[in-house]
Amino acid sequence: MNDAVTLRVNGKPVTVPAGAMVSTAIAAAGFDLFRRSVTGQPRGPLCGMGICFECRVTVGGRQHVRSCQTACASGMEVQTDE
Amino acid sequence: MNASFDVAIAGGGIVGAACADFCSAAGMRVAVVEAGPIGGGATAAGMGHIVVMDDSPAQIALTERSRSLWMALARELPADAEYVTAGTIWVAADAEEMAEVERKRALYAGIGVRAEVLGPRQLSEAEPNLRPGLAGGLLVPDDGVSYPPCAARFFLERAQARGAVLLRAKAVELMETGIRLAGGEAVAAGAVVNATGAWAPELTPRFAVRKRKGHLAITDRYPGFLRHQLVELGYLKSAHSTAADSVAFNAQPRRTGQVLIGSSRQFGAEHAAIDQPILTRMLERARAYMPPLADLTVIRCWTGFRAAAPDKLPLIGPCAGRPRLLLATGHEGLGITTSLATGELVAAHLSGRPFAIPPEPYLPSRELEAEGDPLHE
Repeated sequence: MNDAVTLRVNGKPVTVPAGAMVSTAIAAAGFDLFRRSVTGQPRGPLCGMGICFECRVTVGGRQHVRSCQTACASGMEVQTDE
Repeated sequence: MNASFDVAIAGGGIVGAACADFCSAAGMRVAVVEAGPIGGGATAAGMGHIVVMDDSPAQIALTERSRSLWMALARELPADAEYVTAGTIWVAADAEEMAEVERKRALYAGIGVRAEVLGPRQLSEAEPNLRPGLAGGLLVPDDGVSYPPCAARFFLERAQARGAVLLRAKAVELMETGIRLAGGEAVAAGAVVNATGAWAPELTPRFAVRKRKGHLAITDRYPGFLRHQLVELGYLKSAHSTAADSVAFNAQPRRTGQVLIGSSRQFGAEHAAIDQPILTRMLERARAYMPPLADLTVIRCWTGFRAAAPDKLPLIGPCAGRPRLLLATGHEGLGITTSLATGELVAAHLSGRPFAIPPEPYLPSRELEAEGDPLHE
């Protein structure tokens, strides 16, 4: 039974339980800045249910993906802002 | 209100604001009557494409003059007017449209408008997200993009700095001697300009400006996704069909990195709500030209009402038989571009100073022949 997946957040491998959301993996990898606002302010998950859009990151090259609504997959490449 | 004005302008959209700017610059005492936000109607709904269009010699003259006025203003415009010389690419899908590219290039060359023919490879290098297999395009590098409500506010503020007065009220009646406001008060003026866009016939009845509804959608920020204002050449066919509802591919890069997607045209749709089938057709059309658009997130859709005149030229100048009542409406999809030459023409009509371009093609009295429908009592 395969109950863990390994993906990379900003190039750093992280292993999380199957079914975990990308937002969880980002936190588990030790990052708390998910993106920067238009004026450069740090942003991260607020509502955790897909409404606030504050947790957007780039997943597999696709921008503005809500990390709290996206399940982790093996080999996924996740990029936060710096 | 004791003040008397040389001109009272009904409408604080970009056309009314530009009229106020040029009239005040010519030394006139100006009042602008607008109950809503400045640039809050069709001005806020439009794309803000500053473009030379060649549907007719008069349209070329008006858009080319306007674009050169925008270019001359570029350095003075505030940052929030987001003026960018993005350039237009007219996208040709097939050989027939490439023939149109060549015709357009020759015409532009003849009037001193820079334009460059792009082959299929140059087109995909210029805009890598366009679908492969397109025939080419025409790059018009000096066309621009702006954020119209802030440009309108800027034009009005320039007028106000010269003493123009903004009256926050609704105009209910236009007379040659002034504007009557809701509540009965009258603003006395030596001349009156109706610059209320698609709503102009409510104040000056019996001329054939109709509402032509449009939809737009804007994406989240994807810097670098799109570089030029893209318009399909088929736009000429669809935009100029006055009968059926139509959509055309039109995409614009905003300074924010957002992509503004158009366009649709509908007559007889009076309600401002989104028409989902039209919006879907519009987005499908855009995706057909630019497949990766499907991966972008649209964050907002809206509609607006263009003021459409039957012969696709705006109505600028005095009404027949009513020399002190001027119209400045009917700009349809070109009001942002042509606001500046419109203001310049209106100021010349009122001041008696020389016209920068011949004013005759835009005179409201031309409708007399076209419609057989008297403009005056």
